[in-house]
Amino acid sequence: MSYTLEGETGEWEVVIGLEVHAQIMSKAKLFSGAATEFGAAPNTQVSLVDAAMPGMLPVINKICIEQAVRTGLGLNAKINLHSVFERKNYFYADLPQGYQISQFQEPIVGEGVVTLDMPEGPRKIGLERLHMEQDAGKSLHDQDPKMTFIDLNRSGVALMEIVSKPDLRSPEEAGEYVRKLRAILRYLGTCDGNMEQGSLRCDANVSVRPFGETTLRTRTEIKNINSVRFVMAAIEHEARRQIDIYEDDGEITQETRLYDADKDETRSMRSKEEAHDYRYFPDPDLLPIILNQEFVDDIKATLPELPDTKKSRFISDFGLSVDDATTLIADVDVADFFESVAKFSEPKLAANWVVHELFAILNRDGLSILESPVSSENLGKLVGLIADNTISGRIAKDVFEVMVNGGGDPANIIEDKGLKQITDTDEIEKMIDELIEANPEQTQQYKDGNLKVAGWFVGQMMKASSGKANPQIVNMLLQKKLS
Amino acid sequence: MDRTTIIDIAKLARIKVSEDETENLANELTNIFDWIEQLNEVDTDNVNPMTSVIDMVMPSRVDEVNDGNDAERVLQNAPDRPNDGRNFYTVPKVIE
Amino acid sequence: MINLNNLTLTEAREGLSKGDYTSIELTKAHINAIEAARDLNSFITETPEVALERAAASDVRRASGNALGSMDGIPIAVKDLFCTEGVQTTAGSHILEGFTPPYESSVTQNLRDAGAVMLGKTNMDEFAMGSANITSYFGAVKNPWSIDDGKDRVPGGSSGGSAAAVSGHLAIAATGSDTGGSIRQPASFAGIVGMKPTYGRCSRWGMVAFASSLDQAGPMTRTVQDAAIMLRFMAGYDEKDSTSVNQTIPDFEAAMTGNVKGLRVGIPNEYRLDGLSGEVDKLWMQGVNVLKEAGAELIEISLPHTKYALPTYYIVAPAEASSNLARYDGVRYGLRIPGDSLDEMYENTRGAGFGEEVRRRIMIGTYVLSAGYYDAYYVKAMKLRTLILEEFQRAFESVDVMLTPTTPSAAFAIGERMDDPIQMYLNDVFTVPASLAGLPAISVPAGLSEEGLPLGLHLITKPFDEETLFRVGGVLEAAVKFEAKPRFLRGLA
Repeated sequence: MSYTLEGETGEWEVVIGLEVHAQIMSKAKLFSGAATEFGAAPNTQVSLVDAAMPGMLPVINKICIEQAVRTGLGLNAKINLHSVFERKNYFYADLPQGYQISQFQEPIVGEGVVTLDMPEGPRKIGLERLHMEQDAGKSLHDQDPKMTFIDLNRSGVALMEIVSKPDLRSPEEAGEYVRKLRAILRYLGTCDGNMEQGSLRCDANVSVRPFGETTLRTRTEIKNINSVRFVMAAIEHEARRQIDIYEDDGEITQETRLYDADKDETRSMRSKEEAHDYRYFPDPDLLPIILNQEFVDDIKATLPELPDTKKSRFISDFGLSVDDATTLIADVDVADFFESVAKFSEPKLAANWVVHELFAILNRDGLSILESPVSSENLGKLVGLIADNTISGRIAKDVFEVMVNGGGDPANIIEDKGLKQITDTDEIEKMIDELIEANPEQTQQYKDGNLKVAGWFVGQMMKASSGKANPQIVNMLLQKKLS
Repeated sequence: MDRTTIIDIAKLARIKVSEDETENLANELTNIFDWIEQLNEVDTDNVNPMTSVIDMVMPSRVDEVNDGNDAERVLQNAPDRPNDGRNFYTVPKVIE
Repeated sequence: MINLNNLTLTEAREGLSKGDYTSIELTKAHINAIEAARDLNSFITETPEVALERAAASDVRRASGNALGSMDGIPIAVKDLFCTEGVQTTAGSHILEGFTPPYESSVTQNLRDAGAVMLGKTNMDEFAMGSANITSYFGAVKNPWSIDDGKDRVPGGSSGGSAAAVSGHLAIAATGSDTGGSIRQPASFAGIVGMKPTYGRCSRWGMVAFASSLDQAGPMTRTVQDAAIMLRFMAGYDEKDSTSVNQTIPDFEAAMTGNVKGLRVGIPNEYRLDGLSGEVDKLWMQGVNVLKEAGAELIEISLPHTKYALPTYYIVAPAEASSNLARYDGVRYGLRIPGDSLDEMYENTRGAGFGEEVRRRIMIGTYVLSAGYYDAYYVKAMKLRTLILEEFQRAFESVDVMLTPTTPSAAFAIGERMDDPIQMYLNDVFTVPASLAGLPAISVPAGLSEEGLPLGLHLITKPFDEETLFRVGGVLEAAVKFEAKPRFLRGLA
């Protein structure tokens, strides 16, 4: 059951490879001690090395090597113990050195695998390689009528370029690949995956072919896509564009294109049209990176639990549904939050509350889990109070709303508002007796066979008890008394 | 090494070369490369290209911020800066 | 009356320490000499105020008993390749004219910290590319050495300005840089000592980069002992340079024991080029005899790939340079020639900013790295480099040092050897192999050509064994007694 696009001449398949640029989480840049924080005032995070002043030299930030290895291990990839930095030479305003220090023939990480959970089943997507490279600065074209302004804050920031094999076959798969990759990087703590701020960017290589054809046709590259939604839209649009050209008997030129989200179209990047001869050669200011197996093993030993493993554990140990588990592991912060809640209570119930009640509030108010008005500890306590029957689920929702609006420990709220569940059967029985006595008509209706009226009694019981009567006990006793 | 090659290389290197100069450069470079050809006399099939004269492990730096935070320092030699005094380099407008 | 312009570093060190004169007096004498010698064009930027400031500070230190050591108060010249804080640094190029670094190179900082007094920035071949100092945007440098034929002689290059300054007694010593011979070859042409340390011995941070895997800073002085003293202060591990090697700095001066008994000196066959001039060969053999008489063992060795060193160099160095010089684009410093587009601005700026030789080498370098040629040229050259290094290593199993001529001829006239770039490149035929292998080497003035111009002898040794170079160099120097002086100093035009 593959994804195909309907053309005039038949069905077409789309072949996609993604190159993801992920900013390495580090305090300082790849080869200099300038800061990497987003949003700083222009050119305030630029060292002499980043500005490519005469005589400046690179010195590698060791954490970047560790993060790259950690990422490679998290992607089930081969770690190359010997790798080399090479210079990629080209001229552009945001590239002060006139070359980018990157890795070409010998990257630090080799082939790996990412598994996607698609509706049709798991899909293994191959990774070609991962290498480290410098980011470029930023050009601002809209500040002046005649000039482009250059900010080098980003110049020299450490990036991992993660290259997939052309194994993706649909925009959905591509979207899921980016989501999964992003989740893994966040779990590993090697990249924060913030696409709005540009710490994760995507280039998509897209080609099409008639369904059934096995050779690869010419591909185009769509650069710098900064959201999952745009990745999917750009690919879909580009695939269509190529199909239309082929069906018109045209040819696809290998070129670089940009996705315009406003117009939902891709267009050719004129400035990068000319053939680039990057003249790669090993950077003579640096030595090869030589790692020993022990170094790699030490990092492997400290890898956190990754999404796939966590999901299996949630399902097998916690008994969560596949859907709930999938939702909860999608982001590391959510998974951690959930586990913290589950620790204080009962996992399945905790899952329910996080996925439904909490997410509803977060979505409503546009908050991330880290901005949750209710702490995981307090939510955990609330769920625990339901699990041990201190309050009913219904009451819990009221308590939750109080917590959302002012925070606080649920135990205190329950105490203050006297919301403890009534579980005393004698007390409930007494209330039922009073109710039956006060409502002979409805009692008679039940005895006459209208079983639905029991619901009315339950409603009345809730009213009379201010919602605090334990519903299971009410139901059981009502049945007994009414029959 | 002909004039077209010279023009291509000059383009790659972003150095303006005038029409008259291309002829001369083509000749000079042809001579130099003819002279360099002698390297082919040497059999290097089983030789590894040198990676470095230095035999040591590459040194690394600790991940800490100890540089930057001085826009003026890196901007002070710039041949052109925004009229309003903002901290940017400027180049002729690039159309992307 | 001591002539303050005729002191070696060793002598000045003693004079200052004994209080025979002050650093201010010494410095003023050299400032005057520089003014009087402007015709040589050895300086691009003179820094008399800075010099006097530093000299005064030195005297104050000395007066309070806090003298910093051998270099304290010594007036030196700095090749304009080294970035000097607050002082124009051009690398001999129009494209860096006006560039004033807000930072100081590690090597010159070391010398500043040692109390040395900077007289100014010396002229040099543009971006260190050249062996005659005629490619400088700021004009050619004249060798203080000349003969009575009405022609000015080249001082060699690329450290031609430094060589002229030391040779002409305008500075007691100078820093130079050597990539394929740029310290040693001008030292030979100018009758002074020039030394290239092991690659990694001195930091390259703050040196305008030409060829990263070859560039090294080194001392240019009038005696071997002076060079030994100065190198000690220039050298040192620098964590800002990933190719800087963390080696202890030996007391190079103390290594000059004068004893070479039992030393195994290699004479490489292949340096006896076809057509090697008789006078150079004669000088070489004189050097051989000197060492033999001093008790050294002379051994003939073979370095079969020697002749391929120059063409190898002319692939590797331009390749690295083409990339290192990409940053000179008119955006962040230096010259900018406007253009309607970014590329036009680049092309105009670099076209106007770079001289012919630099342009030539950038184009060679761009070509040898380009698609389709990378394997045939660059990789091939790096393989040759391995072979050259390996045969040196093998040879050093049976010898301790090698003796060769420094240059195939004495200084030629300004304007000669211009027909063909390769003619110019051949000046470095003896110096380039040691550069490719990263080995330390020194040139010691050894005699005069038949015309009366200086010629040097060249010693090469194992990595980080500069001590042997100073020891053997000192013995050679003492035996040869090179006391001739350039016409310039004799007041003759």
